[in-house]
Amino acid sequence: MRFSGLRVLKEGLTGNKGWGPHWRSPEPKAEYDIVLIGGGGHGLATAHYLASVHGLTNVAVLEKGYLGGGNVGRNTTIVRANYMLPGNSEFYSHSLKLWEGLEEDLNYNVMHSQRGIVNLVHSDGQRDAFVRRGNMMVGQGDDAEMLDAAGVRKMLPMIDFDQTRFPIFGGLYHRRGGTARHDAVAWGYARSASTRGVDLIQQCEVTSIDVVGGVVKGVQTTRGPIRAKKVGMVAAGRSSQVAAMAGLRLPIESHVLQAFVTEGLKPCLDHVVTYGMGHFYISQSDKGGLVFGGDLDMYASYAARGNLPLVEHVAEAAMTLMPQIGKAKMLRSWGGIMDMSPDGSFIMDKTDIDGLFVNTGWCYGGFKATPASGHTFAHLLATGNPHPTTVQHRLDRFRTGRGIMDEESTGSQHNLH
Amino acid sequence: MRLPCPICGARDVREFYYQGAAEMLRRPAEDAGEAAWDNYLHLRDNPAGDLEELWSHDAGCGAWLVVTRHTGSHDVKGAVLALEVKR
Repeated sequence: MRFSGLRVLKEGLTGNKGWGPHWRSPEPKAEYDIVLIGGGGHGLATAHYLASVHGLTNVAVLEKGYLGGGNVGRNTTIVRANYMLPGNSEFYSHSLKLWEGLEEDLNYNVMHSQRGIVNLVHSDGQRDAFVRRGNMMVGQGDDAEMLDAAGVRKMLPMIDFDQTRFPIFGGLYHRRGGTARHDAVAWGYARSASTRGVDLIQQCEVTSIDVVGGVVKGVQTTRGPIRAKKVGMVAAGRSSQVAAMAGLRLPIESHVLQAFVTEGLKPCLDHVVTYGMGHFYISQSDKGGLVFGGDLDMYASYAARGNLPLVEHVAEAAMTLMPQIGKAKMLRSWGGIMDMSPDGSFIMDKTDIDGLFVNTGWCYGGFKATPASGHTFAHLLATGNPHPTTVQHRLDRFRTGRGIMDEESTGSQHNLH
Repeated sequence: MRLPCPICGARDVREFYYQGAAEMLRRPAEDAGEAAWDNYLHLRDNPAGDLEELWSHDAGCGAWLVVTRHTGSHDVKGAVLALEVKR
């Protein structure tokens, strides 16, 4: 089934009776070439690129819950390429380019909207830092523009410019940044992978990983044993539990990050705005809800919900930036489980176990990375070698000290990111 | 979330600073080697269950605590002074 404008029109006129399920629900086979543990955004994207780029379709994605029920369904949908350090810079640049062709690649409307991101500037020092960051972004081949206060005022008339606490001096504008419809990204990848022959198996929890003589042989699941030549662990916040089944300890701590949405409002905010002084960022969804979030709760957590101190902090930042937001009702809040690495950058590598691969450590940046994470992890699984944009993201970089990517310059320690 | 400080009693989590898993108390010997130090500094069990962790009562008595807390439910099972654990 291909989506097209004509098809939508035809279905609309004939009672929408022609739409079928977007993916198959097969029984697991006894053996696959590649098994991916985790049917979230990154796992499904990996399956899509294994099939579409490398022609590998004897692949299964095992998901203990339902497809896209983890972090890809629990984020703030922002897509950007404004990283600075070598390693991250080219990877996120690669990801943004994949986003730009994603809807045609998948024949699926993921509602990718390049509405632009403005990082607000509140001091001379911050302006210098953003000029530097902007230059790095231009240097990596992406876009960045510095705006003065008048430029920001024209774009964002609703924010409080003359606040006493953090007056707004300007902003760093990343035009190609924006948002996408998070669920549709997971669904689009699932549909494409399934159509190409990948088995997506839901309600199938991996209970152990079979390793014999340092070589991975397959997995035991709640739906029976499955043999595999290669196993990719793509379990985001649950990475440590999955890796523990193979006897591995990862450099990961799982933390909860909260986000919020207001009731639907008329269009009032055309861009994504980040307010670093309050560790706050906001955008308006296509339904009209203001979607915003702040910092981690800052303690280890697997509860997909946070605590009130952070709710209060985020609400205060929102009121400082846009006082009128206090008139809107907060509709919902949610929490995602972030797989935090010591340097704040992700890990994509082989493990010491032959045939076992790991993809983790996305911290709070997993959503925008979805296409490139899938694309490069598929490359690693298919060829055995890292993609050129992920050569630095080694599992052992904290031990060796080589290739650490500490984007926030706070140090390579667990509690600092 | 409230943490039971052995000195001050149950206090709001806002008064505390979070350091991480209490395995930070088991510092290897200086010459223990790269693997032991990597294990100590970077690698974590990161359990979805009870976890012993280090909290500092910054806005209270200033003591370091070892708090046992469930990372799934946030239930706090108890807290003792890190000084006593380390001794």
